[in-house]
Amino acid sequence: MKTLDTLAFECETGNYHTFCPISCVAWLYQKIEDSFFLVVGTKTCGYFLQNALGVTIFAEPRYAMAELEEGDISANLNDQQELEKICLNIKNDRNPSVIFWIGTCTTEIIKMDLEGIAPILEKRLGIPIIVARANGLDYAFTQGEDTVLAAMAHRCPEYRHDETGEKELGIIKHLVIINNNSTNKSIFKKEGLTRSNLVLFGSLPSSVASQLNLESRRQSVPVSGWLPSQRYNELPSLGEGIYVCGVNPFLSRTATTLMRRRKCQLVGAPFPIGPDGTRSWIEKICSIFNLKPEGLEERENQIWKQNKDYIEIIRGKSAFFMGDNLLEISLARFFIRCGMIVYEIGIPYMDRRYQSAELSFLQHTCEKMKKLSPRIVEKPDNYSQVQRIHELKPHLAITGMAHANPLEARNIDTKWSVEFTFAQIHGFSNARDILELVTRPLRRKGGFTPNYRSLSKQALGN
Amino acid sequence: MTTSYMQQQIYSGCETTNQQNQITKLAYWMYAGPAHIGTLRVASSFRNVHAIMHAPLGDDHFNVMRSMLERERDFTPVTASVVDRHVLARGSRDKVVNNISRKDEEQRPDSIVLTPTCTSSILQEDLQNFVDRASLYSESDVILADVNHYRVNELQASDKTLDQIVRHFLNKAREEGILNRSLTDTPSANIIGISTPGFHNQHDCRELKRLLGELGISINQIIPEGEFLRNLKDLPRAWFNIVPYREMGLMAAAFLEKEYGMPFLSKPPIGLLNTAAFIARIEKLVNLWASALLGKQLNYELYIENQTKFVSQAAWFSKSIDCQNLAGKEAAVSGDATHAASITKILVKEMGIRVSCSGTYCKHDAERFNEQVQGLCDEVIITEDHTKIGNMIARIEPSAIFGTQMERHTGKRIDIPCGVISSPVHIQNFPPGYRPFLGYEGTNQISDLIYNSFHLGMEDHSPDVFGGHDTKGVNTKSLSVNRGDIDWAAEAESELRKIPGFVRGKIRRNTEVFAKENNISKITMDVMYAAKEKSSLQV
Repeated sequence: MKTLDTLAFECETGNYHTFCPISCVAWLYQKIEDSFFLVVGTKTCGYFLQNALGVTIFAEPRYAMAELEEGDISANLNDQQELEKICLNIKNDRNPSVIFWIGTCTTEIIKMDLEGIAPILEKRLGIPIIVARANGLDYAFTQGEDTVLAAMAHRCPEYRHDETGEKELGIIKHLVIINNNSTNKSIFKKEGLTRSNLVLFGSLPSSVASQLNLESRRQSVPVSGWLPSQRYNELPSLGEGIYVCGVNPFLSRTATTLMRRRKCQLVGAPFPIGPDGTRSWIEKICSIFNLKPEGLEERENQIWKQNKDYIEIIRGKSAFFMGDNLLEISLARFFIRCGMIVYEIGIPYMDRRYQSAELSFLQHTCEKMKKLSPRIVEKPDNYSQVQRIHELKPHLAITGMAHANPLEARNIDTKWSVEFTFAQIHGFSNARDILELVTRPLRRKGGFTPNYRSLSKQALGN
Repeated sequence: MTTSYMQQQIYSGCETTNQQNQITKLAYWMYAGPAHIGTLRVASSFRNVHAIMHAPLGDDHFNVMRSMLERERDFTPVTASVVDRHVLARGSRDKVVNNISRKDEEQRPDSIVLTPTCTSSILQEDLQNFVDRASLYSESDVILADVNHYRVNELQASDKTLDQIVRHFLNKAREEGILNRSLTDTPSANIIGISTPGFHNQHDCRELKRLLGELGISINQIIPEGEFLRNLKDLPRAWFNIVPYREMGLMAAAFLEKEYGMPFLSKPPIGLLNTAAFIARIEKLVNLWASALLGKQLNYELYIENQTKFVSQAAWFSKSIDCQNLAGKEAAVSGDATHAASITKILVKEMGIRVSCSGTYCKHDAERFNEQVQGLCDEVIITEDHTKIGNMIARIEPSAIFGTQMERHTGKRIDIPCGVISSPVHIQNFPPGYRPFLGYEGTNQISDLIYNSFHLGMEDHSPDVFGGHDTKGVNTKSLSVNRGDIDWAAEAESELRKIPGFVRGKIRRNTEVFAKENNISKITMDVMYAAKEKSSLQV
């Protein structure tokens, strides 16, 4: 931790714009295929979801609002009865394997005992009910996912060291099958797999998850499960002897729960965002299992080489993160490695323990690239930040949509920060997607043609 | 029979309003937003007014909507006084007052509107006390928006807040003795209810200004959009008020009528008939004063006739063969009270289209809506539940729908074209081009909208009737290359299926190109991702 001394941390008023954490239902209901998310809140919550999620709302999503009315607030109604009615409704219409109750500001204030009611209704309805308090009183945006995963961690089956039961055999069999398929005439070197007890946590699109699985498998560390899994009944077993590693920087509650309540061992690594992050993430995992990582350096260099055209655009340019989704430290570290100057990293909440590996990596990257360390501003004040942006005139402000158009009108190029949450940004293969996003505002000024031919112009003949 | 059905609807509508205070609702979508959105719409439409929300983190999504939908160049003058754990434990204490003072110093607004949200409704903090205390220190006028989250929706709140602000500043002007009650020398009008982000409001406002200009009536003030509060003292100088939309401005207009004897027009000039009626009513109002102040009477008959014949194409359009083809076709209408009623009237009376069902989500205006569409449609449906509207549409199977974005999506699902005629708004409803719904240019736009909607439906169906354009079943969209000996591993194939359809073809082709170039005969997941990485290389 001694390297952190030179990073400057500040804390402002917390008057900043971000999404409400209930927005996590948007990606979580898609990730957990057999789930249903019930947001217990008011019209305000519903209106936010409806507007923030755009077109998905028209796709009959597996989520809904239990809209609290005056009767609920004044306790004229029985919370349990009301929720039972609604959940019965959901069970009949959608028959999910699990129902998530997302607590909101309102349920906090009126102290609705969701955690108390859930087990009763769970028994009565025969569907697991998981309660997560993803409210705007305590959390920002992506932290919503953190509360849900932390709650889910309690539902994972217990892992036993000496277990030779079906579950584990199942996993091994599964791996062997994959191994056979993928190594057939693969262009990559393959190794026999060793057994490991590595569970990754963080919700990623399934294709990104399988890319990370693949990276890990190349180093002979198969991933034995993910939290969350694609389906509720595929949750990984947890317990002593299981190593867990986070893939996203906003999962500190989940990490704590896994360590303290489920007795897992946390692998503290930088996050696999950008080729530099991905490499040191894998290296850290390998080091836990006493393995020597192979071919990682070449792989990283190859990715840097392949993305030279995009990196050229941002090298030497400056950036300012206003801060709203907690990905900021990792992204800034990647951008600095690309040669950018980062003035300020705004961030809603900074868990210095969970992010310690990422922070020292940032520090290290700044030294390596001979760039000044950015100031890290926790709970930023958007008004002051806009003043600072006017002074510093960064080439790029990474900010929420509330400020993007006004800043553009003042000749500050902006990148809408929420896109980083929804785009695929993890692993080696997706480095280009991050660069694609961050260079877009700079590219549209014209004069840039990417170094590769457009697909439509690729003829098979050559 | 129609009437009785309608009455039944009104009755059941009222009943559910009462019931809903009792029942926790399972909701997926809402037509009108929560109350504070209405207040923020009014506050941020006035110039140099700042709204401070008493709300938890993340409730300032209004800023995103305004900045995105209206492509607003300025920072939305809305900030939050954040309610967090500390506030929960100890109350806001000085936080709200400090936030007001700070904003006062930073931006020197003319007025600061403290906006309660659902959270502050439950916390029951004495916001009025904060306002009183803050007024002592700040240069700007500090007002507490008088809206209750659990009693009113966005539209009612906007109406109420506008009324509140108008009252506040007129009373204040009266106390200070600066209120100006003398009528302008020439006829003039106030337009009440143009706001951000309203459905086509900016274009409607321009069209209304042009219309009034051509009638020789000047605009005294347009509120709330773009007006300074200090100018409100001149509001009573206009000869009359215009409320283009029933959803916002009626309360303020009624207040001005009662207090200052200003008559107002609340029938929107949407469609030829309504516009003509609108102008005729203006003629009447102006002539009340015209002989005394102008020494003459005005007559707009010729103007109406010329506009109808030459400026608006709608009258000729409804006579043309195009429109004849639409006669008797069925349509369903749904939207806010203003637009749904007006479009229903246009469809039926101006184009001879049969409206099977017309509905609105403005429950608070149900009675009036029923009156408006009485005799124009077979059924009236008044509900805030989009599934009821959706089921109604599915049951009727009209040739075209005229509704909100939600109905557009319902239409998509069951293959019926939809013209969007009302909020809830979407970014597409803020076209840079000139698209008013009001006045004579508005009639042209509406004709296009209606004709295109019906025509799209017919075009879509005729290829089916003739067996489709592509009778040989050749899929020209396919992107796959001549695969030869390239084989996809089951694992990779299933991975490919996870990729969204619209890029899947591209990725398949890209991977196959890559495989061929590298003499790989079997595509595994490794190969897929290698191809993705390599696609950036100069080949």
